[in-house]
Amino acid sequence: MTSSRFVITVIGGDKVGIVAGITSVMARFSVNIVDISQTTMQDLFTMIMLAENKDSDFDLSAFQKAMSDEGDRLGVEVKVQHEDAFRFMHRI
Amino acid sequence: MLIHPEEILETIQMLKMEHLDIRTVTMGISLRDCSHPDVDVFNENIYNKITTSARDLVKTTEDVQNLYGIPVINKRISVTPIAIVAESCKTPDLVSVARTMDKAAEAVGVDFIGGFSALVHKGFTPGDLRLINSIPEALASTNKVCSSVNVATTKAGINMDAVALMGKIIKETAELTREAGGIGCAKLVVFANAPEDNPFMAGAFHGIGEPDCVINVGVSGPGVVNAAVRELEDPDLGEIAETIKKTAFKITRMGEMVGREVSRRIGADFGVLDLSLAPTPAIGDSVAAILEAMGLERCGTHGTTAALALLNDAVKKGGSMASSSVGGLSGAFIPVSEDAGMIRAVEDGALSLEKLEAMTSVCSVGLDMIAVPGDTPASTISAIIADEMAIGVVNRKTTAVRIIPAPGKDVGDRIEFGGLLGSAPVMRVNPFSSETFIARGGRIPASIQALTN
Repeated sequence: MTSSRFVITVIGGDKVGIVAGITSVMARFSVNIVDISQTTMQDLFTMIMLAENKDSDFDLSAFQKAMSDEGDRLGVEVKVQHEDAFRFMHRI
Repeated sequence: MLIHPEEILETIQMLKMEHLDIRTVTMGISLRDCSHPDVDVFNENIYNKITTSARDLVKTTEDVQNLYGIPVINKRISVTPIAIVAESCKTPDLVSVARTMDKAAEAVGVDFIGGFSALVHKGFTPGDLRLINSIPEALASTNKVCSSVNVATTKAGINMDAVALMGKIIKETAELTREAGGIGCAKLVVFANAPEDNPFMAGAFHGIGEPDCVINVGVSGPGVVNAAVRELEDPDLGEIAETIKKTAFKITRMGEMVGREVSRRIGADFGVLDLSLAPTPAIGDSVAAILEAMGLERCGTHGTTAALALLNDAVKKGGSMASSSVGGLSGAFIPVSEDAGMIRAVEDGALSLEKLEAMTSVCSVGLDMIAVPGDTPASTISAIIADEMAIGVVNRKTTAVRIIPAPGKDVGDRIEFGGLLGSAPVMRVNPFSSETFIARGGRIPASIQALTN
């Protein structure tokens, strides 16, 4: 593990309030957005964020749980994964 | 964006739709420091060693799984072949050792523990015989213990006395686990050229050249390869090979990352990354489906061996580019019961035992998870093993047999094992006898391929 950055993906049906809901959880955990983009995968709304929290006591599992719960509330699937999961697979 | 969204979505799709997973994180533990003539002390020693070394294995693996969002299906342990470390125990049977392994596996929360094993390719020690004769009872009275016996190597030839004995042991194991369809045999592998660092069960053991504690990782992903091949528009076979190679590269990188992080956190050596396309009963997560995606109407028809050779080679090439630690078996597995496409091919009459045997000469393992009628003679099972061992010895590769003579079942029946083991259609064996051949015993000498020094 080389960084404190995470890739957050939000996949589901589009509706009002997804970005607001997700980002408010991120704010609560002091997670900063480094980059953000939006696209579609198989007709599903897909938001991808590169996010960061450098605090040494950052509780990743609590953040993952809060994000996942918020996703359930909004009817979308939210995943928080360390950026290496993507970097390792596609880059050498 | 620092990582391209397309790359992110490709990974997400592999995980979400195509069943990409780390099949197993397997901790290899040396038990060489546990030997003791008193079997009770020995059992206490191995229990302490296993539960101490693997204390944090499950928790750490789960933490890493959550960090990367990549499912790790199984956590497992492999240990030094028990026949070696229990050689000095003066007890006629070693079933208590298997029970101790089971108890230790339960205590640390792993799914399987392998290494109730013996290496007898050139001959038996008294300890080897005690272990082998304990296998049926050991597998019948434990849940998580897996057993393997190496009966042949390219350098030593084939120990036909061991082959003959294993036919009987397999029959006895099936009989003792009759109630569960002979499931004991699903935890027992007979090997030629067994790898010392294989993380996959039932054949995993911790080889004698390995360090004290090591993390080996098995990655799967037939579903991902299947989807990638099916996405191509009217490809030629060279393009298919190229696509499989690239896909294998990506999957292997993922496994390497997880393996290194788990071993770093535990403080153990990182051993090998084994990319083996290991199917699961889930639809699409099938090696047969990949072969059919190449244009075969059913797996098992003419052309299947060539298609499998292409697949296995491309997987190895992609894997070896992705990691310098590729080891174990690394290739394509063709277990019948665990692969929905293989089961269908058998039930449609497209895939026979003979064809499977041919396929094993070009893929990474052997006759795997095959059910045969319960009344198949032990000598026929031994002869099936001998054929498979010959393929491994002559081709300088690992081959294995995991066969279940399903008690009370005949061709056309199906036995259900459940979970990753799936369900096995009972296959036809050749009705002519091999009894006299197997009864001769002795050793088939090492082949000329062994004389490389």
